[in-house]
Amino acid sequence: MSPRTTRVVLAVGAPVLALVMAFVITSLVLLAAGDSVADVWAQILSVPGHRAIVNIINAATVYYLSAIAVAIGFRMNLFNIGVDGQYRVASFAAAVVAGEGWLPGYLNTLLAVVAAVLVGAMWAGIAGLLRVTRGVSEVISTIMLNAIATALVAYLLRKVAVDDGGNNTATKQVPEGSRVPGIQIFDDVTVKVYGFVFLAALVGFVYWFVLSKTRFGFDLRATGRSETAAVASGISVKKMIVVSMLLSGGAAGLVGLPLLFGNDYSYGSTFQSGLGFAGIAIALLGRNHPIGIALGALLFAFLDEQSNSLQIVVGVSPDIVKITQGVIVLTVVIAYEVVRRYRVRLEQRQVAAALDEPATIEEAKA
Amino acid sequence: MRRLTKTAAVAGVVALVLAGAACSKKSDDSASTETGGENCVEKTDDMKVGMAFDVGGEGDQSFNDSAAKGMKQAACEFGFDFQTAEAQDGEAESAREGRLQELVDAGYNPVVAVGFAYSASVGKVAAENPDVSFAIVDDAVEGDNITNLLFAEEQGSFLVGAAAALKSETGNVGFVGGVETELIQKFEAGFIAGAKAVKSDIKVQTRYLTQPPDFSGFGDPAKGKTAAEGMFDAGADIVYHAAGGSGGGVFEAAKAADGWAIGVDSDQALTADDSVKDIILTSMVKNIDVAVHEFLKSVHDGAVKTGAQVYDLESNGVGYSTTGDHLKDVADQLEDYKKQIVDGTIEVPTKP
Repeated sequence: MSPRTTRVVLAVGAPVLALVMAFVITSLVLLAAGDSVADVWAQILSVPGHRAIVNIINAATVYYLSAIAVAIGFRMNLFNIGVDGQYRVASFAAAVVAGEGWLPGYLNTLLAVVAAVLVGAMWAGIAGLLRVTRGVSEVISTIMLNAIATALVAYLLRKVAVDDGGNNTATKQVPEGSRVPGIQIFDDVTVKVYGFVFLAALVGFVYWFVLSKTRFGFDLRATGRSETAAVASGISVKKMIVVSMLLSGGAAGLVGLPLLFGNDYSYGSTFQSGLGFAGIAIALLGRNHPIGIALGALLFAFLDEQSNSLQIVVGVSPDIVKITQGVIVLTVVIAYEVVRRYRVRLEQRQVAAALDEPATIEEAKA
Repeated sequence: MRRLTKTAAVAGVVALVLAGAACSKKSDDSASTETGGENCVEKTDDMKVGMAFDVGGEGDQSFNDSAAKGMKQAACEFGFDFQTAEAQDGEAESAREGRLQELVDAGYNPVVAVGFAYSASVGKVAAENPDVSFAIVDDAVEGDNITNLLFAEEQGSFLVGAAAALKSETGNVGFVGGVETELIQKFEAGFIAGAKAVKSDIKVQTRYLTQPPDFSGFGDPAKGKTAAEGMFDAGADIVYHAAGGSGGGVFEAAKAADGWAIGVDSDQALTADDSVKDIILTSMVKNIDVAVHEFLKSVHDGAVKTGAQVYDLESNGVGYSTTGDHLKDVADQLEDYKKQIVDGTIEVPTKP
């Protein structure tokens, strides 16, 4: 094998290994529960229908934004567990701004997007400031901020909620003219792909460009790899921590927007939650790479969507897919480490072989 | 290596969070396609009923179970097939729409959605499938083919509030709400109004266990216990809970404090754990099963009533239970309040 093919095989090998392991473990759980393993996989791995395809793309759009927000922190060696709280605070703020409709049409949408980014960045910025001024680990502070976000949004939601006659508590609806139209890709189903799928693609591109092609991105990655080296080369680590938390939070602010402008049109007690945690899993799965994250987001969305009808078709609780997703996260970390160690050993062997060769030639001369 | 440890730790946490929902409940739906009971009629009807549960699904000993009970009784009586599907915590709106549409696609008609979370999705899917009958529990979403099964929880809560005030020796009672939603606030409002109607200077302590979107307050007995303990410590002698599965903790606290507890949704003096049955003063009964049964009967008879069907004190959709006979000495007063609510003399507030 040429070195190039070896590299590709190893890069693809890790996630494949992880998925296979996750499938085996899930099957064991199903066996232990006495459910039909074959029926479950047949349903989950069946070809999705038109409605399901649209739902998968939509769910992946939201997951992608969340995972990118997490990945920005990861690249800087910051664990932003708080994407969950950040997107909920930001979505709420955006829903209030958009619902008020201070500006006409899409200007209103734009204003809401800006509000979401600012609020998300601010919420994450609290953790960044605590880290640089008081040395509080961002893992702890962001988890705490998630809980505070829940309480704060619930409190504010009751202040601004409109009475819809039912039992749901929600903000004012986004005016028709400010909603983002969906893209009809199949004529036979009414569901549409969120228009904000382009926003997700744009965010992915910007993420790749800034991190890989700019001085700032280099500084960020360098600081993530080694703080001491970064300091030695004149990078202000404190500044980098605050800036990357702000960026991560800003991206987190976008997470709920496809839902808000494409489907729900208001923020209420039934708004999708837990997206931030899914984002961490997907960022790990996608190795913080914009394409890898996209594949991870699609995989998670695929599993979610295919499991929705599991109960109706096979009679098994869709919760089984949560186990699969959880196991994937664990196996992926293990698989990457196994492959990394294998690669290191492979390199050592190559180096050893390269060092050996001239020696034998000299011996032959002598 | 340090980095790996950190990554592995985070991965572990994420895996736990993801799997958390899955571990906390069992998948017991294997039996969901069977009809309960022995003396059921043969499956002759070609009606197929689909039921979409709220978070918690079957086995929550509360809300969802009550709806399932009504459906199973009807299935037994009229002989039809049914299928259930359960919601996941924090799912997207599209998942709820997808679930309802899947049921419709699989030929289920009517479709019963349990809980207000389905409000928007029932509205949308019902409009797209005008030939299918829909029912939704606890929500008023409108449509030509939607039946709304609504309950006057505040009226039932008023009566147990009055009962609490009549029985309280300390002049201090408590209310534990599961999650602070508009629905649970109706229970609180009714309870407070009932207690104050009896004794205007009574002290009512109020606590909610969680705030949305954290719905764990409906299924966390430990939280319920802590909240109720605080109330008993502060002088309450009777605590009413509207907290689903967390109510078990309220009962334990009442037992330990030698006080009383008031149950919710079903007659909990019959359904709660044996060790705490004797401290349940009464329960605010909300007959979801009756409402679901009536709806399915109307579909079966070809006489569906769409729009709001309100189950209140008058129609016995809500009420209070008398298991244990703890309310014998105040029964007359409670019946008097009931009469006043039914004839409109007392109007019970729905917001605290």
